[in-house]
Amino acid sequence: MPDKRDKHKSKYTLDRGIPGAFEGETITRRRFMTGTAHTAGAVAAASFALPALGFALGPIFEHNTIRWETVGTVGEFSEDNYVPTVLTAVPGIGEAGKTTVYVRKHNDAIDTDIYDRDTPYIAISDRCVHLGCPVRWVDAAERFICPCHGGVYDLLGKPVAGPPVRPLDRFYTRVSGENVEVGPRFSVNSQLRRFSPRDPGEPLDGIGQYFYPSRPDARK
Amino acid sequence: MPRLPKLPAPPLPPPLREPPPRPSENGKAGPLEEAKQAGITTVAWVDERTSLSGAARWMMFRKVPKGTNWFYTLGSATMFAFLSQAVTGVFLAMYYRPEPAGGAYESIRYITNDVFLGQFVRGMHKWGSSVMVVLVFMHMGRTFFFGAYKYPRELNWVIGVVLLILTMAMSFTGYLLPFDERAYWATIVGVNINGTGPLIGPYLSDFLRGGSEIGATTLSRFYAIHMLLIPGLLAALIGAHLYLVAKLGTTAPPWKHSKKRAELRETEV
Repeated sequence: MPDKRDKHKSKYTLDRGIPGAFEGETITRRRFMTGTAHTAGAVAAASFALPALGFALGPIFEHNTIRWETVGTVGEFSEDNYVPTVLTAVPGIGEAGKTTVYVRKHNDAIDTDIYDRDTPYIAISDRCVHLGCPVRWVDAAERFICPCHGGVYDLLGKPVAGPPVRPLDRFYTRVSGENVEVGPRFSVNSQLRRFSPRDPGEPLDGIGQYFYPSRPDARK
Repeated sequence: MPRLPKLPAPPLPPPLREPPPRPSENGKAGPLEEAKQAGITTVAWVDERTSLSGAARWMMFRKVPKGTNWFYTLGSATMFAFLSQAVTGVFLAMYYRPEPAGGAYESIRYITNDVFLGQFVRGMHKWGSSVMVVLVFMHMGRTFFFGAYKYPRELNWVIGVVLLILTMAMSFTGYLLPFDERAYWATIVGVNINGTGPLIGPYLSDFLRGGSEIGATTLSRFYAIHMLLIPGLLAALIGAHLYLVAKLGTTAPPWKHSKKRAELRETEV
C-alpha cells in the first residue's frame, strides 16, 4: 500500500527529503532561518562598519570654505619682484597651519598669458609641486628654489630645472579698497591654464588632469 | 658502659626505598607542601579547565631540522622588537597629546626632558623602530636566501609581506607624532609621494591628511592609525605567522638539501 503522504509531497522539495513540506514551498525552513540569521548579522555589522568607514573617508568629500585673507596694501607690491606674505591655510593649529605666498603686481610685459590678463596681482604658492617642500624666492637669481630635491622655477613659477612636474600653484587675488586679498588656491599646467587645485607631484599636461582628479568639492 | 654515637643506617638501594609521601596518599598535605606545590596547582587548575598545556607544548617543543643556526633567531628577534615597541608605546601614550597647535611638541619635550626615564623610554621607542625595520628585512632576507618561502610556506611569506608593509606604515605614521619641523615636512613629502599614484593617489592623500591640507585632524588620524589600527593588525597577523611556523615547521638550511642531492645523483648514475 503506497504511503498516503506521498501524493502530498511538494514537487519542489521531493528530491530534498524535507519532512512536512507543503505544496508551493520553495525554500526550506532551515535555509530560511539560516538566511535570516546571516542577514541580521550583516545588518548588525554594517550598522557599525559603514558609519566608521564614512567617518574615516568623510574628509575626502568635505567642502572647504572659501576664505579671503588680506596680505597687504596696494602700495607694498611691485611689478618685478615678489614679496613673501604669510597666509593661514589651516586655521586653529598655529604655526603649522601657515603657508607662504609670494605676491607681486600684475606686469603687462611678462604676464602675457590669456588667463592672467585680468588678474590684478600674481600670488604664487611656496609649495613645491614636486613633493611639497617650501620653495624660496631668490631675488638675485630671479628663481624659486626648492631646498629638498633641487626644483627650480622662473619668475612666472614655471619649472626650469629639477623634478617638478608643473608650474607652482597660484591663488586668486582681488583688491578690496586699499587691501590686496588672497583667496582660494588653483593649479596651472605648463600653458598656465587654470585647474582646480591638485596636490604636488601630479602633472596636469596631457592626460595628467584625468590621472589625478581633484577633490570632488573643488571641481569646477 | 659509655654510650657510643649511633651510626647512620646504610643507604637502601632505590627499589627498596619507601616512596616519598604523596599528598593524596597522606590524606592531608602539610601547609608547607601545599605552598611548595602552589605553582603546579595553579597551572594544573587552569590546564584542567582550558587544556592549554597541549597547545603550549605543541608551540614550544617542536622538532627542528639539522643545521638550524643563529639566522633562525631573526624572526623572534623581530617579534621582541615589536613587543618592545608595543610596551614603550603604551607608556609613551600616557604622556603624549596629539594636539597640533603646540601641544604635541610640548608633550614630547616634556617626556624627553622632565619625565623620569622619559628620555630612555622614548629613545627605546625611537631607535627600536629602526631596529625593528632592520630586523624585518634581515628576517626576510634569511627566508629568501634559505628558500623558506617555498611550498607549503607561501602563505606565511604573504603574511610576512603584509607585516612588512604594516611595519613601514607604522614608521610612516609614527614619524609625524613629535610634530617638529622634520616630522611635518617629512610627512608632507610622504603624503605627496602617496598622491603620485594615478587615479586613487589624490584620494589616498586626502584620506591620510583627513582633508586637503595637513591640519588638526591629520595628527589625531595618524596617532589613531599608529597606536590602534596597525598594532591590532600587526598582533593578529604575527599570531597567524607564528601559528603557521609551528604548524609547518622550519626548513633546513639549503646546504643540507644540496648534500643529499649529490648522494642521489651518484646512486642514480
